[in-house]
Amino acid sequence: MINLKINNIPVSVKEGTTILNAAKQNNIKIPTLCNYPDLHINSECRVCVVEIEGRKGLVTSCSTQVREGMKIITNSPRVINARKTITELILTNHDSNCNACAKNMNCELQNLSNILGIDQARFPSVLKMEPIDDHNPALVRNPNRCIKCGRCIDVCKNIQTTNILEIMGRGQSMKITPAYGKYLSDESCTFCGQCASVCPVGAILEKDETDKVWDALHDERKRTIVQVAPAVRVSLGEELGLKAGSIVTGKIATALRLLGFDDVFDTDFTADLTIIEEGNELIKRVTEGGTLPMLTSCCPGWISFAETYYPEILPNLSTCKSPQQMFGALAKGYYAEKIGWDPENLFVVSIMPCTAKKYEAQRPEMRHDGKHPDVDVALTVRELGKLIRQMGIDFESLPDSEFDNPFGITTGAAAIFGTTGGVMEAALRTVYEVVNKKPLEKLDFTDVRGLKGFKETTVNLGGADVKVAVVHTLANARVIAEQIKAGTSPYAFIEVMTCPGGCIGGGGQPYGTTTEVRQKRLEAIYKVDGKMVIRKSHENPAITKLYEEYLIEPLGHLSHEYLHTHYHQRKKQKPKHKNVMATY
Amino acid sequence: MLLDKILEKYPQQEDSLLEILLAFQDAKINHFISEDEVRQIASYLHISEAKVCSVLSFYTFFRTENKGKHVIQVCGGVPCHVESDFNVAKTLEKELGIKVNETTENQQFTLEYTSCIGLCDEAPAMRIDDKVYTKLTPNKIKAILAEYRVYM
Repeated sequence: MINLKINNIPVSVKEGTTILNAAKQNNIKIPTLCNYPDLHINSECRVCVVEIEGRKGLVTSCSTQVREGMKIITNSPRVINARKTITELILTNHDSNCNACAKNMNCELQNLSNILGIDQARFPSVLKMEPIDDHNPALVRNPNRCIKCGRCIDVCKNIQTTNILEIMGRGQSMKITPAYGKYLSDESCTFCGQCASVCPVGAILEKDETDKVWDALHDERKRTIVQVAPAVRVSLGEELGLKAGSIVTGKIATALRLLGFDDVFDTDFTADLTIIEEGNELIKRVTEGGTLPMLTSCCPGWISFAETYYPEILPNLSTCKSPQQMFGALAKGYYAEKIGWDPENLFVVSIMPCTAKKYEAQRPEMRHDGKHPDVDVALTVRELGKLIRQMGIDFESLPDSEFDNPFGITTGAAAIFGTTGGVMEAALRTVYEVVNKKPLEKLDFTDVRGLKGFKETTVNLGGADVKVAVVHTLANARVIAEQIKAGTSPYAFIEVMTCPGGCIGGGGQPYGTTTEVRQKRLEAIYKVDGKMVIRKSHENPAITKLYEEYLIEPLGHLSHEYLHTHYHQRKKQKPKHKNVMATY
Repeated sequence: MLLDKILEKYPQQEDSLLEILLAFQDAKINHFISEDEVRQIASYLHISEAKVCSVLSFYTFFRTENKGKHVIQVCGGVPCHVESDFNVAKTLEKELGIKVNETTENQQFTLEYTSCIGLCDEAPAMRIDDKVYTKLTPNKIKAILAEYRVYM
């Protein structure tokens, strides 16, 4: 233990602790800006400076470790003045039109200015306005708001290993952009949205599509259908002021009806359907000698990653569409037929924890009539929060209600799709029982649960031990992709999710997603599973009925038409637009 | 081809990036690194194109577009600015008939600013390719340019 004094209070902390953490552990607040739990950003913004007795200059508390006998002052006039000036200088190069920013009241820079008591613009602005990059379906980059903290670079480089964003230039003209100052494009970016999730200001945001949804809701010709992804029920509460990990399934259904949606359905239904199709695909590949290991295909960020960086492993991907797209195809095909409604006047909205889902919904393969997208708009959890606030709904006091039928009858297996390991566990519950023709003694596959990046387990299927693995983050996805490329993968089936923690840590989730928050959402999702009456996808009566009535059999003709897709290598193309942002 | 030959001399690790860029820019006739070459270097080193661009953009010595045969870099440091009773960049602009960041029509000269080149004691200073010129005066600049024009 190291003994030191912070603001004359004697404290003792573990060796190697930073001054910032030592202060935090002793309830002394040091304001920060670039610092973010789980990331490795240090001393970029310099807001966390403190004074150490005997040292001439101020030091950044986030990157300085404690030493025996240190005397630290976190709140001397000199420190407070320096912090304020540093922040004021950051503000001179920031588009401070806060009212016209989606991050208003949710912005870390705004919050910091408030804490430091900045109530006037002491220095004139030096901001040179630059074009906004909104040339992709998922993310919008506004360089005028960027404060160059480097969080997006860290998450893109170290967690996702894609490294699309980098520091370009230096000094006052330094900026953060993709290579050559180009726009984000689908030739390298997976649109996972982790950059948007960690951005302290409004420099990277999801592409807001709430207006399209309002238009559809107010269009009398349109019948509006909404689906809610598994992970949303444990996170929307946070967006609307509830505690992390609050389960709000029933409130979501009520809120969506109040917003005016005609059919309020659950993506969990098509998650169950995914398990039936994907499970049968796996059994077929194992028994008939197909390409193994089979890789899950529910995550659009992962699909883009494989298509761009590992086209060799595309045959390993399950041909199943994601639950979002299975739902869209069924809504505009089967459901439209069932209710006798012209699919052109159906408007399908999905509520997703994800920004890549916006890209997925726009993919040309995801229109079963060849013209109209099966899912018209994919909203993030944050965007749904916006709709609910705009509508003046007091979310916390809403009564619970149920999802509509038939796409509202779901199982616990579908609910856990929202977390890393969930798709695997759901698949194993079904595949085990189908292959071994006996019920599972224990439904919980605890080996594949939790936030560990790389998990594996062995199951006995038809007398043979089969190895399966679960990975999340693209850094870990790269490991399994390299194994497959080298022919050394020992697994039969691998679940891959792009975001840390799976969908509960998705790029479209409420801001402030940290490991601690992910853990709470994860626990909540297993609680949802535990409370469900039916916990295995193949026991979902609505799924059974769907096969009887319409699809006939898994992997059958109609399944291929509606529920399966194909992948292709994303080619590096010559840039479509000029390098408008290149200045060097 | 040239790039392949240079690449194979270096280990496939990120640390080699700067050396590869320098060696390649030196060896190439028009002394600049193109987008396709950035892509090739990135894939050789298993790093992203953005990373290579980031390094390229940090140093004023690197060029990402075709420039004149000779690149004139005027020191933009404060001492160079205050030491001279005339404007170095303006003088060069007048002599060459171009503005800063432009290239002469005959592709012989490109004029640009550089960050401090560390010759503050002999300010004002400029660099033409690898050569440094100090204690500049309008006449000295004319003479230097004349020399380059002769050997064009």
